[in-house]
Amino acid sequence: MKYGVDEHGYYGDFGGAYIPEMLYPNIEELRKQYLAVLEDDDFKAEFDQLLKDYVGRPSPLYYAKRYSEKYGTNIFFKREDLNHTGSHKINNAIGQILLAERLGKKRIIAETGAGQHGVATATVCALKGLECVVYMGEIDMQRQAPNVSRMKMLGAKVVPATSGSKTLKDATNEALRDWIGNPEDTHYIIGSVVGPYPYPEMVARFQSIISFETKKQLLEQTGSELPNYVLACVGGGSNAMGMFYHFLDDEDVKLIAVEAAGKGVDTGHSAATTFLGKEGVLHGTRTILMQTEDGQVIEPYSISAGLDYPGIGPQHAHLYKAKRAQYASITDEEALNAGLLCCQLEGIIPAIESSHALAYLEKIKFKPEDNIVICISGRGDKDLDTYIKHFGY
Amino acid sequence: MNRLHNLFANKKSNLLSIYYTAGYPTLDSTVAIAEALENAGVDFLEIGFPYSDPVADGPTIQQSSEKALENGMTLNVLFEQLKDLRNRVSIPILLMGYINPMVQYGVERFCKKASEVGVDGVIVPDLPMYEYEKLYSGYFKDNNLSNIFLVTPNTSEERIRKIDGLTDSFIYLLSSSSITGGSLQVSTNIEDYYKRIRGMGLRNPAVIGFGISNSESYNKACQYAAGAIVGSAFVKHLATKNYLEGIPEFIKNIRP
Repeated sequence: MKYGVDEHGYYGDFGGAYIPEMLYPNIEELRKQYLAVLEDDDFKAEFDQLLKDYVGRPSPLYYAKRYSEKYGTNIFFKREDLNHTGSHKINNAIGQILLAERLGKKRIIAETGAGQHGVATATVCALKGLECVVYMGEIDMQRQAPNVSRMKMLGAKVVPATSGSKTLKDATNEALRDWIGNPEDTHYIIGSVVGPYPYPEMVARFQSIISFETKKQLLEQTGSELPNYVLACVGGGSNAMGMFYHFLDDEDVKLIAVEAAGKGVDTGHSAATTFLGKEGVLHGTRTILMQTEDGQVIEPYSISAGLDYPGIGPQHAHLYKAKRAQYASITDEEALNAGLLCCQLEGIIPAIESSHALAYLEKIKFKPEDNIVICISGRGDKDLDTYIKHFGY
Repeated sequence: MNRLHNLFANKKSNLLSIYYTAGYPTLDSTVAIAEALENAGVDFLEIGFPYSDPVADGPTIQQSSEKALENGMTLNVLFEQLKDLRNRVSIPILLMGYINPMVQYGVERFCKKASEVGVDGVIVPDLPMYEYEKLYSGYFKDNNLSNIFLVTPNTSEERIRKIDGLTDSFIYLLSSSSITGGSLQVSTNIEDYYKRIRGMGLRNPAVIGFGISNSESYNKACQYAAGAIVGSAFVKHLATKNYLEGIPEFIKNIRP
């Protein structure tokens, strides 16, 4: 694959494994084993079966008729919101728990921001009867209290990250510190296409089911497996990478990744990484990240807790630099309005993350014959408070 | 030859090194602490430049880093503070920190500047060998800076030999696979690990760090290596009231 990873874990200038020596054996074990495990027939059979019977895949590709009429084109929703636990995060969690099991790990750790990945991880740990510890920023625990309770109900221990800015990046730091101290029995399920190699590649592969299904479904519904545009939101970038994956080499397909502009790219309250970031190293990978001139990581802002990560996955950084995908940004306000529009035109309450991708439809001039696929990465139940507060329902 | 090479050529045992975070407890405490440590007999220093996301550090060094950043410490400020360092301090000095601030400063510029102010070596826990060799080793060599790598009980012999070939002053042996600020673990496994390293006939001496906090752990470490490094315990000391005046006693309590 032209935009794929090389043997040292790099996508062009980005990626690699910038980890302290303490993590080397853990990362090396994964690097050596993950491909063999993923290609093992027994693994594949169990992964496919769980995705089908437990997650409810394939997720539908839904022709959004009223949306298509409004924008004068053909718009398809890839319905990851219909997955068990309510978002695409479960695809990766299932893949990694099966991997952890085959590596003989007894204990699972994870980081979570909004709680979606934490819930997905707690879910698969319950499914497999494995101990689960989820690190979550102290501030996020207050903002996302229902998800904290969900994780606890599922049997996970939720540990507050009290260092730094007490949000997702700090939860990631705490999980990495835990892993340093527990190298032998513990597997760390990273929730996005970030972190040291092989994580970005492994998570992308688990999420690539999204574009794999989309191609087949498009062929059935339109007679061609290739759309004109593919849109997805990007925080760390796992749903976008899954949505782009099987289209990367089809260079006629326009890939659009939508970042969270927050209150506006230039307001100082934003998470639009490609607009505001510079090249550097975060959480073990060389990528683009928001930072001060002195190289200190900046805490991003977005109304969507799933998009306020200060970096993007290294493959995204590469797609951005190589101009294979276009990186755009959408403000809180635009996203909320798009979310409400989706409720009223299609009867679907999208996660605010996904609303960012929907909002970008306003910015493109489509042709009537165009086919557009947009990833509805999650459902909006978790965001009801935010929507209700904003619109006053 | 830099000061580190000289030190290790002349002193083979009971070395004591101290780590502390630049800009902590106050922005301008960096050089005064270095002077006090030299006067107290410390053999070499590791001055940490703070980073917002120090994944290899425990709570003590995390908090000192946060405070240092709040105080306004940056690499620019640090190099400015170290400008006349060599008029005041003569023992070897290493800078220790994470790769991202170095990348923003420019790794080449960082190495040049470090060498200019009289720094002898650098420890970058999140810069692995592959990336070091591919991208940066030339800058270190051009500026006569030693790059120090960490070794843990889980590092393979093959990697240790590679590290031994890439570095030229000492190997930083971790007492366990942990973040900073833990306690020294002495079990049969750990003794075996130290003996295994000693038996490898490496060209570089080893110094033990992580979990060295008092004379007991220091003496234990010195049985197996050329010396030991105290970090978190000293950073804790810096939070006490008369920390500068207390430095000689702190050092005496570790190495009488």
